[in-house]
Amino acid sequence: MADTTTVTVNIRRRPSISDPQGATVARALRDLGHDVSDVRIDKTIELQVPPGDADSIRAAVTEMCEKLLANPVMEDFEIVINP
Amino acid sequence: MKTAVVVFPGSNCEHDVVYALETLGGSADLVWHRDTDLSGYDSVVLPGGFAHGDYLRTGAIARFSPVMAEVNRLAASGAPVLGICNGFQILCEAGLLPGVLLQNRDLKFICKPIHLRVESTNSILTRAAQVGDVLEIPLNSYEGNFTAAPSELASLESAGRVPLRYSDASGNIDATNNPNGSTNNIAAVSNGNVAGIMPHPERAIELILGSADGRILLESFLESKVSSHV
Repeated sequence: MADTTTVTVNIRRRPSISDPQGATVARALRDLGHDVSDVRIDKTIELQVPPGDADSIRAAVTEMCEKLLANPVMEDFEIVINP
Repeated sequence: MKTAVVVFPGSNCEHDVVYALETLGGSADLVWHRDTDLSGYDSVVLPGGFAHGDYLRTGAIARFSPVMAEVNRLAASGAPVLGICNGFQILCEAGLLPGVLLQNRDLKFICKPIHLRVESTNSILTRAAQVGDVLEIPLNSYEGNFTAAPSELASLESAGRVPLRYSDASGNIDATNNPNGSTNNIAAVSNGNVAGIMPHPERAIELILGSADGRILLESFLESKVSSHV
């Protein structure tokens, strides 16, 4: 059994929240001739946590997200527990 | 009134704030973010800068600095609590003010004097000002683009909790004089005895540095009394 479990947290801006960085990159890609209608730039956070059952890991990481890693005003998060 | 000016690792406007408050007759001390006793103070300023390197999100880590328990306690007790620039971002993350400050619309760090129109005098920032006053104050931020959920925006607006908006020199408020894309040109937000402002009033208190228009805002803060709930 591995010493730690890897948990990936994907943090995305809500669709209603503008992403000026993504909009700028979209413009640059179009300038390069690519057919791109929209770009959203999100954040990936990888955590190493003690191994355990998926439910308790998910509960702990959800608390981390709600408290610190994501801002519920503007962001949604998705937790992926890697096998 | 004695003001605690909180220093986080990465704060850089704390000395300007102390200088400005003392120049205006106030009394202020720097307090470290690990301090856990602000019992000697009856007001707080969270100054500008890059607390904790702005890592994760602006204000996200500062919100959990040990001193914030005392900042929350003072805010709940009715003490004036003001966040300037990065301090505004911290108060939003801490939930003491609604909304969030996103990157500027044009992804440029903006550092220049801008104009603000006083929209309400019902705040610790503007109680000594007049509605319609136009102030010239330096803006110095990358994440100054205020936004909030539509329901929150509606309640801010209907309750007159937007004391200052970006304007032109004549006080006109529209998209052409919105420096950073802030929703409804919002430059400051008020929540009873708590307020946040993105531009820097402490950098505009002496004409020799270009403008003394920040005085009225910091004088308003110094005039605000504990539990007055403006």
